[in-house]
Amino acid sequence: MSLSLFRPQTPYLYLTVPLMVLTAFFALPLLWAVGISLQDYSQDLYHPTWAGLSNYQRLFSTPGFWKSLGCTAWFVLGVLPPMVCLPLGLAVLMNGTLRGMTLFRLVLYLPVITSMVVVGIAWKWLLADNGLINYGLSQLHLGPVPWLTSPDLAMWSIIMVVVWKGSAYYAMMYLAHLQSLPNELYQAAEIDGASFWQKHWHITLPHLQPTIAMVATICTIAGVKVFTELVVMTKGGPIGSTHSLVYFIYDAAFEQLDLSLACAAGLVLMGMLLALSLIQLRLKHSANTASESTAN
Amino acid sequence: MPILTKHRLQYVLLSLLSLLAVIPFVWLLSTALKASDENIFAYPPHWIPAKPTFDNFQSVWKQVPLGAFVLNSLVVGALTVVFNLTFSTLAAYPLARMSFRGEKGIWMVILSTMMLPFQVIMIPLYLMMLHLGLADIAGSYNTGLEASVRTWLGQVIPFVISGFGIFFVRDALVSLPRDLEESAVLDGCNSWDILWRILIPLIRPTLATLAVFSFMASWGEFLWPSILLSEPQHFTLPLGLVQLQSAFSANWRLIAAGTTLSMLPIIVFFLLMQRYFVSTDVGSGVKG
Repeated sequence: MSLSLFRPQTPYLYLTVPLMVLTAFFALPLLWAVGISLQDYSQDLYHPTWAGLSNYQRLFSTPGFWKSLGCTAWFVLGVLPPMVCLPLGLAVLMNGTLRGMTLFRLVLYLPVITSMVVVGIAWKWLLADNGLINYGLSQLHLGPVPWLTSPDLAMWSIIMVVVWKGSAYYAMMYLAHLQSLPNELYQAAEIDGASFWQKHWHITLPHLQPTIAMVATICTIAGVKVFTELVVMTKGGPIGSTHSLVYFIYDAAFEQLDLSLACAAGLVLMGMLLALSLIQLRLKHSANTASESTAN
Repeated sequence: MPILTKHRLQYVLLSLLSLLAVIPFVWLLSTALKASDENIFAYPPHWIPAKPTFDNFQSVWKQVPLGAFVLNSLVVGALTVVFNLTFSTLAAYPLARMSFRGEKGIWMVILSTMMLPFQVIMIPLYLMMLHLGLADIAGSYNTGLEASVRTWLGQVIPFVISGFGIFFVRDALVSLPRDLEESAVLDGCNSWDILWRILIPLIRPTLATLAVFSFMASWGEFLWPSILLSEPQHFTLPLGLVQLQSAFSANWRLIAAGTTLSMLPIIVFFLLMQRYFVSTDVGSGVKG
């Protein structure tokens, strides 16, 4: 019993500073954000008046807000399938002890360690109207494609870049779990004459299901907060087609100086993320009970 | 034979993907090395510059305080790492190795901070930093060391502690054998000795991993400094590069040169710390 080893106040001594920091820079700002969202600063910045839920009403009647929600949903739904599937394939490729594998892993990891701003600039150059990719297409008598300058295409181009940057990161997550699978499973399957696809379909996929769910959750949460990639590559345009929810919050707060609207939108974002996590927990729970019932 | 062909396919695919991973950077470097009289839009593209030159690097270094950006990024990254490791360890230690009243409640509070998106608290945090004098105020032209120190602190403060960091360190501490403390106490160690001399050395790989991840997060952070800063002298690299991009809107040679230069420190860091990035033990620590 470790309790008896230390004086009763010892644990609290260690926790004091971290908890104070958490209170000051997490709890307090959260309460403050709620407070700002319930007040009206438009008459007098220093003497706000109580506004109740009117800022939320205003938010919900702002077309830009709904448009930004639409953009965010477009991004998340577009990024999710490739970001869950491609890294899985990449992990299978990176698994094993081939000669030179460490070098491959290092090179493939380069997009992950590079900051989003650098990646955005590099791709903006590649995707420019007179850039390298449109040159390649012109050789095939196609294009030029307005990758980042067409409202219909810009979001897809950004999704492509985000998948390019993030794939190796999620692949490493899959790889860690792939390597923890007992080799005997695969050996047994080989003895039974299973093909490459059969092995992965019947062994890898079912065993990695928790990791797949985890990757999907992390991707969704990160995707809802998409911002930097949009600033660098499209500045929210063209015609607002890549103006995400976080972009909306940023603009409301720091361009229009409408702090109440921005905080209200921020709290809506938090509500959405909480709802997503609850759904995910629910799914996990039902998946667990389902697997238990099949086991019985 | 089938094994050989399978591996051959694996090599081919890995090589193609590796090529895909480096091409954007190679093209950036190639553009940066092209002289001003070489057409960077030439069809077909010149992968290897006709007369490679460092002119663009020199010129961008002269026109933009890239050195200051790098310094700011390094300082902010280092401070983030130091604070994060300290606070995560301090909080994780009692939660992992002691039992006390309110343990569960405190743990739940810490876990719940992981659910709090930064975008919700960034506005109050910005007001807070304004009050504390840790943000740039447009037009007040504060430069010099003191102003730099203030903005460094302002940039670090929201990231000095994270629920994830505490979770990550606690996870490592929990897995250590329970009788470590008992023999140490018999030898006359107090709780601080146990932490400092026994537990921390045992979880060094976890701390290193956390250090690498918080450094990387800080290195790439864009949203918070873009709110906090307006003086180019205080910019970190991501912010500086975005400014560079708009300042040289059509001059891709200079943009490419600045961007390429900005990648050097992180590539060096990556090569030094590679085992914490691509070792798969790292990923297994993040098990959900």
